[in-house]
Amino acid sequence: MSDDLYQEHILDHFESPYHKGPLENPTCMHRDKNPICGDEIQLALKVDESGKVQEAWFDGHGCAISQAAASMLVEEIEGKTLEELRDFDAQQMLDLLKVQLTATRQKCGLLGFKVLKTMVYSLDGTPAEN
Amino acid sequence: MTKSALQPTLDVSAVRGDFPILGKPLAEGQPLIYLDNGATTQKPQCVIDKVTECYENYNANVHRGVHTLGDQVTTELENARETVQNLLNAAAVEEIIFTAGTTAAINLVAHGWGRKFLSAGDEILVNLMEHHANLVPWQQAAAATGATLRYLPLTPDGRLDLTRLDEVLTEKTKLVAVTGMSNVLGTINPIDELARRAHAVGAVILVDGAQSVPHQPVDVQASDIDFLAFSGHKIYGPTGIGVLYGKAALLDSMDPFLGGGNMIRYVYEDRFEPADLPAKFEAGTLPIAQAIALGTAIDYVTDLGFEAIAAQEHQLTVRAQERLAEIPGLRIYGPAPEHKGSIVSFAVEGLHSHDMGELLDRKGVEIRVGHHCTMPLHDWLQVSSTSRASFAFYNTLEEVDALAEAILYARKVFRLA
Repeated sequence: MSDDLYQEHILDHFESPYHKGPLENPTCMHRDKNPICGDEIQLALKVDESGKVQEAWFDGHGCAISQAAASMLVEEIEGKTLEELRDFDAQQMLDLLKVQLTATRQKCGLLGFKVLKTMVYSLDGTPAEN
Repeated sequence: MTKSALQPTLDVSAVRGDFPILGKPLAEGQPLIYLDNGATTQKPQCVIDKVTECYENYNANVHRGVHTLGDQVTTELENARETVQNLLNAAAVEEIIFTAGTTAAINLVAHGWGRKFLSAGDEILVNLMEHHANLVPWQQAAAATGATLRYLPLTPDGRLDLTRLDEVLTEKTKLVAVTGMSNVLGTINPIDELARRAHAVGAVILVDGAQSVPHQPVDVQASDIDFLAFSGHKIYGPTGIGVLYGKAALLDSMDPFLGGGNMIRYVYEDRFEPADLPAKFEAGTLPIAQAIALGTAIDYVTDLGFEAIAAQEHQLTVRAQERLAEIPGLRIYGPAPEHKGSIVSFAVEGLHSHDMGELLDRKGVEIRVGHHCTMPLHDWLQVSSTSRASFAFYNTLEEVDALAEAILYARKVFRLA
């Protein structure tokens, strides 16, 4: 873990994000906001019949941490099953970022993760609120 | 008064010595460059000492005990109330209500006055530069009474567009709620004219003085202000204390907001009679030490003098606008320095305000980032968040330069330079 937040890999994901933009005909989609700072992330997944994520895209705006984290997240979850996404925890998300986040910045780093968890759990029964 | 003609008469380095925190380096050894005075100001030693003095020497509840300490603390508190009265030039000391802060003061009016006197068809005139504390209580009052909110448009540079005032200020308007100084744009609003125009249609005017009262003189009688709210912690006093000024006739006509101890004349099994002003609006135990130390803070500021304070802060604002304008991709929001107080909000293309705040902090430069409790304003500006430097009289031109250097550093980290 590095204590320098703005490492090359963070800035690279911020400047050239993976799968940022709209996804046509998604299987599921969810969006959330950090009301304190206004950062916003939307996730959209295409899931095949076996429950595997074929494509994951994000969209939104906010600080480098929230946007880079979402980019890393969609890159990470492609190819995973919904079952695996249910087990994917916050620590794994923070490990992806590879930098030390203060309590305040964890809200940024975990915004996309929170959207993913809400979306995956809402698939379990109750319909997603979009 | 032309601001540029004023020569600052403050001995800034001596004044800085009054604020113990300003001499303390941050955790990693950088000197503190505190440019977040719009959020809260630092406290001079005399204010800190006054809080300690209260607790060490005459801690008791006010307006209750007949014992020595109770008398002493009550005298101190009522002296502080007189200090506030003098600061605002209120006609009577009973017109000064102690509250928890600006937000509590505005909510008091929204409930005690708004719920009683607003009804369907009435209009409340606001504008997009208002802090959420001077919007949400009126949205709530409107929802409860059937009144509606109208917005006075802003000019492109972020001032109230008075040429449009007649369209939105009509005989339907019952209240004009307006900030004395925008906490984002820094815009200083023409309160005297707004008060005159509001009264001409029979409306009352409430001024959110959270940003204006600490930086410029106010005279509620000369300006004919009906309600004025401000916070202690933004005028170098403690947190948890604020003030509502209201004209006595208006305060008398209102319903109490919070019910409880101290605010009653008599309580029966099924009803109560409210106390006289100001107790009618001061239910429960006040933040006593905070109120007393607020008096000390006001004495400190008035001893420095608002002219000297304004001259120093204006000089800082002008320098900040000049230095920041040189930075590529940086946009300043709000009017030119002659129309505003010591607040400079900006955004740098490709650099989110959160990242800006974090990177400036590494250089010891403390600013505020985000939407500053003004979401409708940021929607209007079409920017999700901004960075805000807000200056106090104890800031220096060197600190303004350090701000500019720190922004250049942040651009470098983000590979923008």
